[in-house]
Amino acid sequence: MAFTPTKETYSGKVYSVAIGTGDGPVTFGGENVLPFHSFEGATPNKPVIAFEIQDVPPADWPENVRKPFESVSGDPVTWAKYCQDELKAAAIALRLVGTHPDRENRSPEDAAKTVKDVLAAIKVPLIILGSNHAEKDSPVLVAASGAAKGGNCVIGKAQEANYKTIAAAAMANNHKLIAMSELDINLSKQLNILITQMGFEKERLITDPMCSALGYGLEYTYSVMERIRLAALTQNDTTMQPPMLGDIGMYVWKVKETQAPESDLPHWGSLEERGIAWEAVTAIGLLVAGAELLIMRHPKAVAEVQKTIEELI
Amino acid sequence: MALSGVEIFKLLPKTNCKKCGHPTCLAFAMKLAQRQATLDSCPDVSEEAKKILGEASAPPVRPITFGSGDKAVKMGEETVLFRHDKKFVNPCAFAVEIKDTLPETEMAAIAERVMQSEIDRVGQKLRIDAIVLSNASGDAGKLEAAAKVIASKAAGVPVIISTKDAAAAEAAVKPFAGKRPIIYGVNSSNAEAMAAVAKANKAIVGIAANGIDELAALTEKVKSLGVEDMVIDSGARKAKEIIEHNTLIRRAAIKKNFKPLGYPIINFMQREDGLHEALVAAIGVTKYASIIVLSSIDKWKNLALFTLRQNIYTDPQVPMQVEQKVYNIGEPKAESPLFITTNFSLTYFIVSGEIENSKVASRLAVMDCEGLSVLTAWAAGKFTASKIAQFITESGVEKEIAQKELIIPGYVAILSGSIEDKLPGWKITVGPREANAIPAFLKTRA
Repeated sequence: MAFTPTKETYSGKVYSVAIGTGDGPVTFGGENVLPFHSFEGATPNKPVIAFEIQDVPPADWPENVRKPFESVSGDPVTWAKYCQDELKAAAIALRLVGTHPDRENRSPEDAAKTVKDVLAAIKVPLIILGSNHAEKDSPVLVAASGAAKGGNCVIGKAQEANYKTIAAAAMANNHKLIAMSELDINLSKQLNILITQMGFEKERLITDPMCSALGYGLEYTYSVMERIRLAALTQNDTTMQPPMLGDIGMYVWKVKETQAPESDLPHWGSLEERGIAWEAVTAIGLLVAGAELLIMRHPKAVAEVQKTIEELI
Repeated sequence: MALSGVEIFKLLPKTNCKKCGHPTCLAFAMKLAQRQATLDSCPDVSEEAKKILGEASAPPVRPITFGSGDKAVKMGEETVLFRHDKKFVNPCAFAVEIKDTLPETEMAAIAERVMQSEIDRVGQKLRIDAIVLSNASGDAGKLEAAAKVIASKAAGVPVIISTKDAAAAEAAVKPFAGKRPIIYGVNSSNAEAMAAVAKANKAIVGIAANGIDELAALTEKVKSLGVEDMVIDSGARKAKEIIEHNTLIRRAAIKKNFKPLGYPIINFMQREDGLHEALVAAIGVTKYASIIVLSSIDKWKNLALFTLRQNIYTDPQVPMQVEQKVYNIGEPKAESPLFITTNFSLTYFIVSGEIENSKVASRLAVMDCEGLSVLTAWAAGKFTASKIAQFITESGVEKEIAQKELIIPGYVAILSGSIEDKLPGWKITVGPREANAIPAFLKTRA
């Protein structure tokens, strides 16, 4: 019996999204097949990994991932330049976690200044993230969007509770927008529809179906992503065709496996390698499920995931 | 592809005799199509129909048991391409390569690591499942000697003997005869001799092909030589090819019921760098590998790969649950806070993780709500005041704590009064709605 490969052709396609300006823009998405299925269709762009930095020193990061940035993380501009120049970051994700009311409670004006300074210092694209406090993120991201006007940045995250103000600000300042919902394909679709109904172009959206770490619900994110991608390709559902984000670092570097020392749990092996592997394996899982944009922390995890992406294309 | 009810109906006697217990042959055919009935209930079915239906109802990926005893590994039986459609059935096996060129002490050391690799995660025992003994020396005597070392130092662990030399395979397989080992390395030039060795020793054949076309031809050839149980390698080594080949093989088996590729896949993923190897292996875990061959098995790497395998192979329709009990987080003292939540594993992981992050030692009472999250369990009447009161009373946690205070999830704040009524002497405190607010909540109490 001769073998005839079953090739799939899909009616839909993922939008390709370009971020940044000048000589540093990067593009992701654009494929009309499942992830890394270049044998049956077009995969014009590689997934992009952004290095995560914050507006305040990363006192809450575990030591293993704080250490590589020890000499630069006191100041977001130095930190961003280090990621760009030394680590060859393809993009920078600035998380304005210091604006959270339970943290430093920095003002929207302070946040806007940080954004302006970081943007002026780098050539690679900038992703600007709030502190994930739905209420506070509205004024913070409105101010940040204005401060980054003309930078073709990514603003995030718009959620059901605050999407109106944030999407309006991203639209007015010509940015891309991350729409985040909580691990449910229908909620994700609904939020994308609500945002596009405001006049925001769906080609400028990035879907974040919510990340989870390896061992802590990764299978949920994995399957929601796989279902979103299949809806985009097989049903040509345009509301599901924006590229997807895996916001990996912040979920991975708070689980026990990235923090518990080997002396406490000898059967878990070296903590340093375990933490890096935890972030990198989570990233690979989500890439295979359909993520095109990743936000990560540890330089070694990023380098190894990059190397594996090269082997996949 | 499985036959539809109507296609099956055409093959039945169409007498509507009811001997099968169904009112009509069509009704019986529908049950057969849904795999809710078996053909032996029909006394009058023709031999020809039996043959066609038997082949059509065989699982698209052949079920194979690799190894024997309590360490045996079940493989195959997969029915879908995506885990959200239906549970992936048999979790892939991880195997470590041991080369016959290594000194005996090193072989023994790796075997020892395999024996010690078992860890417990959410109630499941996970381990490195198998050993690949490879004939790197090209010498039959060396392979045979190494096989004896493995058989004694890793007793009971399923073994894959990797060689292209039938005489070497025959010598090395002896310690594992009858224990369902795999003889890997069968290609177009050695198929007859290797199949004969496999048959004589009740071994599984491992096909080593160069491309999918050759793979399909080789499985047919080996089958015609009388060996039914095979694992298949298309020769893919690069991550890009592994995704491509594994996907095409799985699709051919599931969507076309293409029998020559309806076997478990073995992927060789050895890399110089341990982390890079883990990442390529991760691709195999998600995309259809049944056996993943590694060159090193460090504990950190095993933990990450075992966890990924567990995630991917959980049943998407059945929520993962944790055991009902009062968990200690850190080393709680009598005056440490006591939380309660439901036993949905994700809820438990997130709540316990946030309590851990807060660095305040606590007790977390996890109540069996059939794996539902807090709001769903409350709505379904499984997380109610009387059930919570009963659980807390029966848990005996009262004896360990100084003040009888219970912190309940913010989403069920409405229950606080009625729990206080049902737990006399207890103070019920309403905690945050979302787990990520727990550290701040605990900070304000301190």
